[in-house]
Amino acid sequence: MSTTAAVAAELHDCRKAFAETLIELAEADQRTVAVCNDSVGSSNLKEFQQRFPDRLVNVGIAEQLMVGAGAGLANGGRIPFVCAAAPFLTGRALEQIKADVAYSRTNVKLCAMSPGFAYGQLGPTHHGVEDFAWLRTLPEMVVLAPADPAETREALRWAHQYDGPVYLRIGRTKVPDLAPHVPFEAGRATCLRDGRDVTLIGVGTTVFAALAAAGKLAAEGVDARVLNFSTVKPLDEEALLAAAAGTGRIITVEEANVHGGLGSAVAEFLAARTPVPMKLLGVRDEFTPTGSPAFLSEYFGIDAEAVVRAARELTGAGQGATA
Amino acid sequence: MVLAPVPSATARLAGIRRELRAASPAERAARLRELAHSIRRSDLEMISRAGQGHIGGDYSAADIVTVLYFAVLDVRPEEPEWAERDRFVLSKGHAAGILYATLAHAGFFPEAELATFMEPLSPLNGHPNRRKVPGVETNTGPLGHGFPVAVGMAVAAKLDGSGRRTYVLTGDGELQEGSNWEAAMSASQQRLGRLTVIVDRNRFQQGAATEETSGLDPLDAKWASFGFDVRSVDGHDHEALYQALDQDRSADDRPLCLIADTIKGKGVSFIEDRVEWHHKVPTAEQTAAAFEELTAR
Repeated sequence: MSTTAAVAAELHDCRKAFAETLIELAEADQRTVAVCNDSVGSSNLKEFQQRFPDRLVNVGIAEQLMVGAGAGLANGGRIPFVCAAAPFLTGRALEQIKADVAYSRTNVKLCAMSPGFAYGQLGPTHHGVEDFAWLRTLPEMVVLAPADPAETREALRWAHQYDGPVYLRIGRTKVPDLAPHVPFEAGRATCLRDGRDVTLIGVGTTVFAALAAAGKLAAEGVDARVLNFSTVKPLDEEALLAAAAGTGRIITVEEANVHGGLGSAVAEFLAARTPVPMKLLGVRDEFTPTGSPAFLSEYFGIDAEAVVRAARELTGAGQGATA
Repeated sequence: MVLAPVPSATARLAGIRRELRAASPAERAARLRELAHSIRRSDLEMISRAGQGHIGGDYSAADIVTVLYFAVLDVRPEEPEWAERDRFVLSKGHAAGILYATLAHAGFFPEAELATFMEPLSPLNGHPNRRKVPGVETNTGPLGHGFPVAVGMAVAAKLDGSGRRTYVLTGDGELQEGSNWEAAMSASQQRLGRLTVIVDRNRFQQGAATEETSGLDPLDAKWASFGFDVRSVDGHDHEALYQALDQDRSADDRPLCLIADTIKGKGVSFIEDRVEWHHKVPTAEQTAAAFEELTAR
């Protein structure tokens, strides 16, 4: 058993890395523009606006226009980063994302701020948990969900140089730095910890739950592999085949709806290629109740403790073993 | 791109545009009328062959699109993505047939390709696809999409300090989609003076008159209240359309709204102004009769 990734104590909001990197990209490339829906504050674009007032297009509270205008800016040779809270960007403008961005294959970068449970007590209208399911069904769309600030920077730089539609989840919930850092590579899952008994697949915030769970499981003699699936689409099929062959059991854990989300994507692929016992952790078929992000993670069973329980069940380790 | 341009189409189109702009109003109108009728005949053949299409909305827009492509827009059929081209967005994507016929007449692709309209795997889908049809700027079909995209195009031109112009043609029923009014607010806020919205005001939507469905009147006052310079134009008067579409906008930073009074099915007497011809397909006899009307005029 080899142990690799550890986690530093200091916590960060990935929007800071996002804002800094967007400014860096705007400095380096005149084509870079930001488009937002009155979300200069919540998308952390204040400094961008001060530095590049002309290149911050605030269309007001109008998400359909925001996404359509992003496509029009791309038509004019610009590289628009369209920034809005995840639930409104995706839910309100889904048809624009489909027709104007994906189907038209425009060079638009959709930056979904504060996804998942980030808005906590504001309730399910403000939770972006359907995005993986919705975006994943659109041809041409790349879906990224970087886990920590460093990965957020690298994912943004990659999106900037990639010619085509990209959806990026930019986390608001504070997270530590992944250490040691494994470079982001689009379309590739990164292995944060090797293991032989079970593979824990995390994305965004749940990468940290998976890592913490792996540490606890190790103490119980369960050797867990941890994969960071920062690219939800296209799926890293190679990593999945290797996980199925190497560990025989897979647990996906996501701050998103399990119906259609990353867990579904993994299950769809493996069911047809090499079925292995799986557990899919995420939001169930239920609107989120009131609670903080941490409470909701516990409620829906995507925190470290829940991952440990799921791993015990799947591997037959500890009490209540079923496998 | 599946479709290739006609050799020398750019020079040919530029030549036609130059001649039309230099011609007397009467000559210009006569020439544009002839072109529009030729385009309508192509569209009729396409719809008749495919057994599908939207002839009513195609014909109400035919004169507008003809005037744009032959007398107004600075575009290059052989370089459809030339950065400084004027932009045209067909927001009423169901009128794809008339756009395809016009693009083919302008040389973006050979007219013979029109025969594949709506055939399996044809690039000429029932709604336009920019990745398959040169000259199409953005994929439309669902209503209320074109104007927001055109706002982005106009912002890009402004950021570039470019004089290129952006035109978007919407249906009138389509204005019931709220996204248009999001775009209208922002276009005037951003002072997009080189953006023109053309409303194909044929007063019908798919199933009934607009005013019996979710009324738009007073439409001019609505646009004016959103900060637009609003003009009305006879949508079938080629010279009036030319003058309205080719305005010098340098002294006015308000976006322009042209309410084009049109007749659904314009050009064929038995199709004109009848709601059922939104997407009815003419029989062989009707096609022959329509063809005759469009040749005689």
